[in-house]
Amino acid sequence: MLLKFDPYGIYCPQANVYIDPWKPVKNAIITHAHADHAKWGNENYLSHHLSIPILKFRLGDINVQGVEYGEEIIINGVKISLHPAGHIPGSAQVRLEYKGEIWCASGDYKLQLDGISTPFEPVRCHHFVTESTFGLPIYRFPDSQTVHQDMNDWWLKNKEEEKTSVIIGYALGKAQRIIKHLDPAIGTIYTHGAVDNLNRILEKTGLELPPTKRIISDTNKSLFKGNIVVAPPSAIGSPWMKRFLPYSVAICSGWMQLRGTRRRKSADRGFVLSDHADWAGLNQAIKETGAENVYVTHGYKSAFAKWLRENLHINAVEVDTLYEGESLNESTTPENEIDS
Amino acid sequence: MKKFAELFTVLDQTTKTNEKIEALVNYFAISDAADALWTTALLTGRKPKRTVKTSELKLWAMELSGVSEWLFEESYHVVGDLAETITLLLPPSESQTDYSLTGMMALLKTLDKEPEASKKNIIQEIWMQLNTAERFVFNKLITGSFRVGVSQQLIIKALAKHYNLVESNVTHRLMGNWLPATTTLQHLLFNPDIQEDLSKPYPFYLAYQLDVPFASLNNIQDWQIEYKYDGIRGQIIVRKNELFIWSRGEELMTDKFPEFEVLKNTLPDGTVIDGEILPFNGDEPMPFHIMQTRIGRKNLSKKSLSDAPLCMMCYDLLEYNGVDIRPLPLSERRAHLETLIETLKSNNLAAAAVLKLSPVFECHTEQQLIDLRLVSRDRMCEGLMLKHKDSLYEAGRRRGKWWKWKIDPLTVDGVLIYAQKGHGRRADLYTDYTFAVWHHNELVPFTKAYSGLTDKELVEVDSWIKKHTKEKFGPVRSVTPELVFEIAFEGINPSPRHKSGVALRFPRILRWRKDKKIEDANHKEDLLNLIQQLSNPA
Repeated sequence: MLLKFDPYGIYCPQANVYIDPWKPVKNAIITHAHADHAKWGNENYLSHHLSIPILKFRLGDINVQGVEYGEEIIINGVKISLHPAGHIPGSAQVRLEYKGEIWCASGDYKLQLDGISTPFEPVRCHHFVTESTFGLPIYRFPDSQTVHQDMNDWWLKNKEEEKTSVIIGYALGKAQRIIKHLDPAIGTIYTHGAVDNLNRILEKTGLELPPTKRIISDTNKSLFKGNIVVAPPSAIGSPWMKRFLPYSVAICSGWMQLRGTRRRKSADRGFVLSDHADWAGLNQAIKETGAENVYVTHGYKSAFAKWLRENLHINAVEVDTLYEGESLNESTTPENEIDS
Repeated sequence: MKKFAELFTVLDQTTKTNEKIEALVNYFAISDAADALWTTALLTGRKPKRTVKTSELKLWAMELSGVSEWLFEESYHVVGDLAETITLLLPPSESQTDYSLTGMMALLKTLDKEPEASKKNIIQEIWMQLNTAERFVFNKLITGSFRVGVSQQLIIKALAKHYNLVESNVTHRLMGNWLPATTTLQHLLFNPDIQEDLSKPYPFYLAYQLDVPFASLNNIQDWQIEYKYDGIRGQIIVRKNELFIWSRGEELMTDKFPEFEVLKNTLPDGTVIDGEILPFNGDEPMPFHIMQTRIGRKNLSKKSLSDAPLCMMCYDLLEYNGVDIRPLPLSERRAHLETLIETLKSNNLAAAAVLKLSPVFECHTEQQLIDLRLVSRDRMCEGLMLKHKDSLYEAGRRRGKWWKWKIDPLTVDGVLIYAQKGHGRRADLYTDYTFAVWHHNELVPFTKAYSGLTDKELVEVDSWIKKHTKEKFGPVRSVTPELVFEIAFEGINPSPRHKSGVALRFPRILRWRKDKKIEDANHKEDLLNLIQQLSNPA
């Protein structure tokens, strides 16, 4: 086995590297900069170069090497390269090849185009490690253009009712995707500090976003009416929100597909917008790898593995990891902010 | 269906009462009277008879979506709602057809007579012509579990606003037995002879739990003090020698209570009494569970009638000699009620035996009230009622003139041993728990409880459960016994059907006892002792 799952993470003994380790190790390849995949304390990091500024922002002055998509590096005979995962800017699948056996650890991925990440590219392999965050057939996400249109319509309606629109999405990835598709002709886009920090970093790497204004403590409250505020989940129900009254709040997440979750979060609106593949996306991605062996991690892993065995006749097993694509409820200080 | 589905979506998207009322008013403004009537019926819980089995719906949806049974079940446990699961699993629709709500309800009704195969064709065809929101609403209509976060009160407010009517009148008119098939909106809301329907009950007046200081009630003498009996709140109606008995849940229960037949010809025409239906043994009220076993029965045997003889503890008189006396003050209504029952006693003892007058207590000090409340449980009551003697009989739950002052619930500390995912807004979270008490050195389950934790606690317990699962049995997980919760309940009875030998009434979680270890949880003996104490008050 070129890769194995041990208590530190996904390990390649031949190259002595870990992929997204959750405990400190010597050599770590990081698929993307979300906190459940990029942990603190490793000696050496390797990631796509777009991830580096965010890793440094979140983890401090780490020893990190950046690579391009498709660039090959060889460690002790193992050919290693990163390939676009389409999840957030800089997100990558890790391809490892040794003596003709090819593995791919895909981290988090999606096939839908989001306008900010390099689009997902299938990697032909024998062994594929996949997430299963939305690995049930109830998760068939609507076309993202429709969702972006709904978001702007909702903003416009709030504006007509003289309310502030507050739209919630994770600070890294989701927030930029939201901003990218908001219509600046409707009004001003304001950002929470956590979102603005990441916008600035990503803009330096070449991401183009519509103009936004960072909210500071003395931003005049009367300016918000009719405009939109992009904020991370930690803002929901916090006193920080009071300045926007009267407002309407919407959450952007794949979980908004379920009525129960929408109601529990007591948001006024839920937009089904996810950085993860939906049921159809997962199935398509797996088929395109041509892999005969699939390792199913975080999500509905037992159901999804069973489905793959029964319907695609793939040798699929479930694997325990500590990645958390599943949660909508964690507190979201930048350090444990998790996407969904 | 499009308009109705849009209404549903808007109602679902807001938690604000005013926005819900506005959405309803807008809907009434653009809908025809037939659809408005159906909407009123559905949103006030008047469900049509189910014409399709849910098991069949499931099979047909599986067929269309290419999902096997186990995967359907997995999905259902995550979604927590059958109608929604089907909506999400079906492939995207092919075309769009707009059915009227009334037309759709008529179509569903005719399905009853269709053979299986054509039922399937019709449903599958309709599914493929509806958008997601309509599909969900349609599935809800078929499965008959139509709950929309809209209270009856909101519908009433919206109807009153749109048709420019007085709210309490709308409440009254919406009571009782009507169905969209047997009336029109015009007739329901505007018919001048409201009692043309002899069975029509009055809206019940309900009290809030006392939450203001005694001092603010002013003079205790101004309040009528009664026990709060623990039975079925109901209305006995006698009009033109016909008898109707309604429960507070607006269920017509006349056939369940043959004891009251005798009132048909003994109470004067136009009598409506509000009271509590209770099992009674001579002069002693019996525990609620005695009646419960009887209520569940389809056929009432002689034995069940003699084991649980019922009577009504009369609280109030709403109609007297055909006149609606709800606008009279309580003191006057009470006087009429007393006269009515006295007269009955002198005319027909058998009839008088099933109507008892709820005793009124004289309290002069706060301490007397407190003492009375404390002893109420010994009389199988659950506390006191405080009603202002000047109070009119109002409609619905109101603050100020009527208060209930319930005794504190009984409590027991149990250990969480099983968990299952919840439904509705608790879907995809482990929120339905089974608790255990000690028996020798084992933990035996004694109750389930669903409610009582805050949303934040639910999420915390959910993530704990996921990390401490021992085994999975289908949707149920057994967990490491570690968490202790205080369970509150209103009553406890012996029950051979439960492993622990007891059944609780209205169990709910009072709080999470993070300060307690599992060794501190209660024992089965404690529960059995409690039953003993309650049935033989010292």
